[in-house]
Amino acid sequence: MKKVVSGNEATSLAVKLSRAQVISAYPITPQTTISEKLSEICGSGELDARFVKVESEHSAMATLIGASSTGVRTFTATSAQGLALMHELLFWASGARLPIVMVDVNRAMAAPWTIWCDQTDSVAQRDTGWMQFYCWSNQEILDSVICSFKIAEKSSIPCMICYDGFFISHTNEPIDIPEQKQIDKFLPPRKAEYFLDIDNPQTFSGGTLPNYFMEIRYKLHDAFEKAQGVINDVYDGYNKLTGRSYEPIEPYYIDDADRVLITSGSAASTVFHTVNKMRKSGEKVGMLRIRQLRPFPEKELLYYIKPNIKYGALDRNLSPGTGGVFSQEIRSVLNRNGNGNRIHEFIAGLGGRDITTNNIEEIFKRIGNVEPDGINWVGLLK
Amino acid sequence: MIEEKGIFSGGEFCGHASCPGCGEKIILRHILDVLGRKTIIVCPAGCAAVTDGIFPHSISPVPFMHTPFDAVASCAAGVRAGLEMSGRSEVTVMVWAGDGATFDIGMGALSAIAERNENILYICYDNEAYMNTGIQRSSATPFGSWTTTTPRGRLKSEPKKDINFILASHKIPYIATASPAFIDDLREKVNKAKEITGLRFLHVLSPCPPGWKSDPKDSITLARLAVECNVFPLFEIENGERIRLSYRSQSLPVTEYLDMQGRFRYLSEEETETIQSRTDEYYKTLNSLHESEQPLRMTMRKE
Repeated sequence: MKKVVSGNEATSLAVKLSRAQVISAYPITPQTTISEKLSEICGSGELDARFVKVESEHSAMATLIGASSTGVRTFTATSAQGLALMHELLFWASGARLPIVMVDVNRAMAAPWTIWCDQTDSVAQRDTGWMQFYCWSNQEILDSVICSFKIAEKSSIPCMICYDGFFISHTNEPIDIPEQKQIDKFLPPRKAEYFLDIDNPQTFSGGTLPNYFMEIRYKLHDAFEKAQGVINDVYDGYNKLTGRSYEPIEPYYIDDADRVLITSGSAASTVFHTVNKMRKSGEKVGMLRIRQLRPFPEKELLYYIKPNIKYGALDRNLSPGTGGVFSQEIRSVLNRNGNGNRIHEFIAGLGGRDITTNNIEEIFKRIGNVEPDGINWVGLLK
Repeated sequence: MIEEKGIFSGGEFCGHASCPGCGEKIILRHILDVLGRKTIIVCPAGCAAVTDGIFPHSISPVPFMHTPFDAVASCAAGVRAGLEMSGRSEVTVMVWAGDGATFDIGMGALSAIAERNENILYICYDNEAYMNTGIQRSSATPFGSWTTTTPRGRLKSEPKKDINFILASHKIPYIATASPAFIDDLREKVNKAKEITGLRFLHVLSPCPPGWKSDPKDSITLARLAVECNVFPLFEIENGERIRLSYRSQSLPVTEYLDMQGRFRYLSEEETETIQSRTDEYYKTLNSLHESEQPLRMTMRKE
């Protein structure tokens, strides 16, 4: 079924189709319309789930940690300060290997206060042991949320789906919505191997000494190393069902390109549009859209890195003093693999500043004309 | 008297790591004996989390979920929701938390599950300070008590937070105080709480020899004296409205309780008198409220 929906509505539809059983969330702009919608459909009985109306995001995640430990399917959504408040519990969820699925509608971190978009909130949670997927369309949001439940449950790693606040969350697009019976077949009810079971009493997450802790962490890391296989399998299955699939890195016009810009989120839409425009005037520009921060698609990135192409990375997030987080990841992969390509690094669009086609054209010019020279701030007031 | 079910026969409750004379394990053993095997324990950081056993060991005869310090109430709400959604509503979700998790770092989440009246049995073993980290003051630490953060010369100058009346103002169906020196009363209250739906809060005084600087052999005596001196009166509050004293104490002088504990050794005479007069006033108020029809006054700790 085709329907025109906002990014946040796409999330709610996906959660409903995935038959989440316990949902808990706390209002924060620009996420709020997700919890409103989910609250409504839980209340009406359209979705047979318990919506726990908590007093903070910290409690939202704690509630899901409790619920997920009983073996049911769980979901929450948040943004910015809310995600930061969950920080402690994000480690707990991944350490306890709970397949919780969360949407983070990207919003910049205060101070100063802002409700507008950048990805600093989610990239700051990079090391918490969650998978992170970045979407650029409402269709991709719907598909990613559904697939994430399956990915999380198969790998016992929690999943975070991130997309840009307002630019995507509040923009309407036509999407294709699968039938409930299709999704029921694709995503059967969760079957937890370990859960709080009075017939088989076990103790979860108790104190651990140095003789075991490292092995437990190694197992989580190992699960991440194997996660790309799980992700690919799940998307293959989803592709058979719906004809849609997603790659960890999605190339656009790169076969004959001399300049390629790597980016993520809604900025990729603007780059996509700008590449189309510049291609018309014969400029050989292309794009790599990165969909995953964790697991970081190292092999896939190296596959696309060629010696005669100049690369730039555009980040809508900032680690102060170091630069953009995707740029760091890309740099680290290139260095580790002895690839001499140095990349241009660009910071743009922080706190909801528009990233325009003019900005992107300037970026491509710079990539072509000068050698990489540290971090460039795009669109900064003089 | 409630018959022992022997949930701990077969040595299931052996091997815990509590200190000699610890009240917590005595209390837990009786609680679980009353609740039985259809129980899930949700437990935050604190003594109970450590003494249950270090991985891969655990003494718990029922499923036991550790949680972050500040998150036990919300985790329990999630366990409750998960059980309901998977057709296991008959299982009791029991929080087993110390005073640090209950009175301080987890207070916001506890207030939230109380306001939502979540179907949880929340039991606080109150040893009146952060004992697991080595005796730092909590808001459950009584006036005049020594701790490492209220040292001699800077003894705790604030009264103990009145958690029961804070929770009573949330109108939850059942609140009770209990003591390991009054085991029948404790077991009856657990049994009563078990049958009630909604948030039930049990506040149990848990003697702590290392923290109270008392002799391990005196733990039960101290728990008894806390009740007999009215420092820790035994009562119940139903629906935040009806209060009932469960035991008429001998109203012994507080010094009988205080003098047996090193944590109170730096009290001046004047401070001891303050404790006596506040204790008297609190008990008087409780007495006046006992089974009365008048709504609870919330200013019981007026100086």
